[in-house]
Amino acid sequence: MSILIDENTKVVVQGITGREGTFHSRQMLAYGTNIVAGVTPGKGGRKVEGIPVLNGVKDAVDIYGANASCIFVPPPFAPDAMLETADAGIDVIVCITEGIPTLDMIKTAHFVRKRGAVLIGPNTPGIISPGKTKVGIMPGHIHKQGGIGVISRSGTLTYEVVDQLTRAGLGQSTCVGIGGDQIVGTSFIDHLRWFKEDRETNGVVLIGEIGGTAEEEAAEYIEEEFNKPAMAFIAGQTAPPGRRMGHAGAIISGGRGKAEDKINALKSHGITVVLNLGQLGKRALQVFKDSRESLVRN
Amino acid sequence: MKIHEFQAKDLFRNFEIPVPSGKLACTPSQAVDVAKSLSGPPWVVKAQIHAGGRGKGGGIRLTNSLHEVERAADEVLSNPLITPQTGPSGQKVRQLLIEEGLDIDREFYLGIVIDRRLECPVMIFSQAGGMEIEEASAKHPDLVLLETIDIIHGFMPYQARNFFYAIKPMPDKDILKGFSLITGQVYKLFISKDCSLVEINPLVITKSGRLVALDAKINFDDNALFRQRDIAELVDPYEMDELEVRASQHNLNYIRLDGNIGAMVNGAGLAMATMDVIKLAGAEPANFLDVGGGASEEMVTNGLEIILSDRRVRAVLINIFGGIMRCDVLARGVVKAAKEVEIKVPLIVRLEGTNVEEGKEILKNSDLDFSVAKDMEEAASMVASQVR
Repeated sequence: MSILIDENTKVVVQGITGREGTFHSRQMLAYGTNIVAGVTPGKGGRKVEGIPVLNGVKDAVDIYGANASCIFVPPPFAPDAMLETADAGIDVIVCITEGIPTLDMIKTAHFVRKRGAVLIGPNTPGIISPGKTKVGIMPGHIHKQGGIGVISRSGTLTYEVVDQLTRAGLGQSTCVGIGGDQIVGTSFIDHLRWFKEDRETNGVVLIGEIGGTAEEEAAEYIEEEFNKPAMAFIAGQTAPPGRRMGHAGAIISGGRGKAEDKINALKSHGITVVLNLGQLGKRALQVFKDSRESLVRN
Repeated sequence: MKIHEFQAKDLFRNFEIPVPSGKLACTPSQAVDVAKSLSGPPWVVKAQIHAGGRGKGGGIRLTNSLHEVERAADEVLSNPLITPQTGPSGQKVRQLLIEEGLDIDREFYLGIVIDRRLECPVMIFSQAGGMEIEEASAKHPDLVLLETIDIIHGFMPYQARNFFYAIKPMPDKDILKGFSLITGQVYKLFISKDCSLVEINPLVITKSGRLVALDAKINFDDNALFRQRDIAELVDPYEMDELEVRASQHNLNYIRLDGNIGAMVNGAGLAMATMDVIKLAGAEPANFLDVGGGASEEMVTNGLEIILSDRRVRAVLINIFGGIMRCDVLARGVVKAAKEVEIKVPLIVRLEGTNVEEGKEILKNSDLDFSVAKDMEEAASMVASQVR
């Protein structure tokens, strides 16, 4: 098992005729993702990499049975694309787009939830269930199928972590980027709930960063309800306050959102926090090995 | 994006939020001319810089004669203004806002921000006006009131009443009308201009019973500037670091910091984590630089050139995890940059991911002098040992 996506996932790529959309569709196909259709309004009837291009998402669902979407649409049009997808009845929406206005995302996230769809992102590398499928832009080859769930607010930082896990012999069940923006569709806690129910997942790595209080909330949830070992890394211990560190959501404002507060909150809830990213793989091996041994003993 | 107080007050005027009469001046004599055109004395001379805490640093002066206006203007314009937010070297003041002085009866705080957890705008009102809201929340949490706003309905009149009727002692009933108008208009401004913060601190009631926004602070959502062209034009390049201006022209995420280790990384999260490992190794990063998850050769060249134009930089760490961005692209960018600017400081490169071998090969075959680190930990300790 894995969470949200697996070998049965049928993907529609929105913005497939654009540079990014075409490039990453090719990469996803190479990984084994079942892309059933692409959408670019006004370009219906074409083909990209042999995939039929449609004018709207509804046809992708009705005709091709798409149940997940990967959005590569520029910021001004991305909210419209997300709403269209949710309205068409797609279950899992992955929005790669970076730079969507915050106020648009408030309305969009609200609408998508009301329709019962799961939105990952925006400003995310996407989601991958190694060995099964990927819906996103992460390099597939660094992943390895296994039992660790990874939830992250970042992109390349996640690749670094996954690479270290794979080298340490720790494969992954699913790796998901929740997005680097202030308002995102799903939180750490949403994904922790899914990982809790997933029998294949036996531990989780959280990758957080400065800004907001999502990590603090996750820490509380983990102690109270999560039944598997968890560890965390928080980026931005040296970030100055009041500056937006690349991601729209990575900003310490009004004294809130500091790395230090997040690290302390996680530790106080009994979660191992790795301070030096270079040692994450080694520490993960310890954390997950100890917990396996304690499980065996009990 | 941040703007100056006088720009924020212009926006307030457009949205019918009352502000004191005032005008901009760039020299002491202009300041005197402006004061003459306003009612007064007293007049207030206010330094226009983005950093907060201007009052504490002496950037806001109450003056009682034209002579005092001239002297205050001269002093504020001649010396860098040091506030708790400017850093020790301070910020040069180029513009002054000269305003009529008002007789203040009471001071409040009114602000609006996005609450990330609740995913909606939240209006904040406090009776402890003049004090920073973080401080007020800590000292008088009972005086800080919040109203979460439903984005479909907007800020409703009952929410203004919730604030107003909680004020102790309650102001004259007639003021409620103006208060409702101001809170409603602040919300309208926040939404229609894609703000991330609108703050009036203090919002005052004058002795003559007028509600006036004595100060104004507005920040905007950078992601929305594509549809707020008039706002984007309000940017003040003097408020930005020269290298940061250059970086933004090349679409690079660059933030200048206080250390001496230059760092170039692909991806914001990894860039932050790289700064952290540099610090853990006992050194200080000179910058945050994210060349982007899918950076081009040209962006790498530009990024390295910007790092190298920072004279404080004594060693450079390049940390790339090739995913979408290929290591060979990075390597070509570095080699090209090295041809255009002479690299006089030690260069430590850590490459991993897509096309890593090709990337290393390109670097090796160039006449570049550099060291290769096998992982992040080694990279950080190598770069730190260069400055010890």
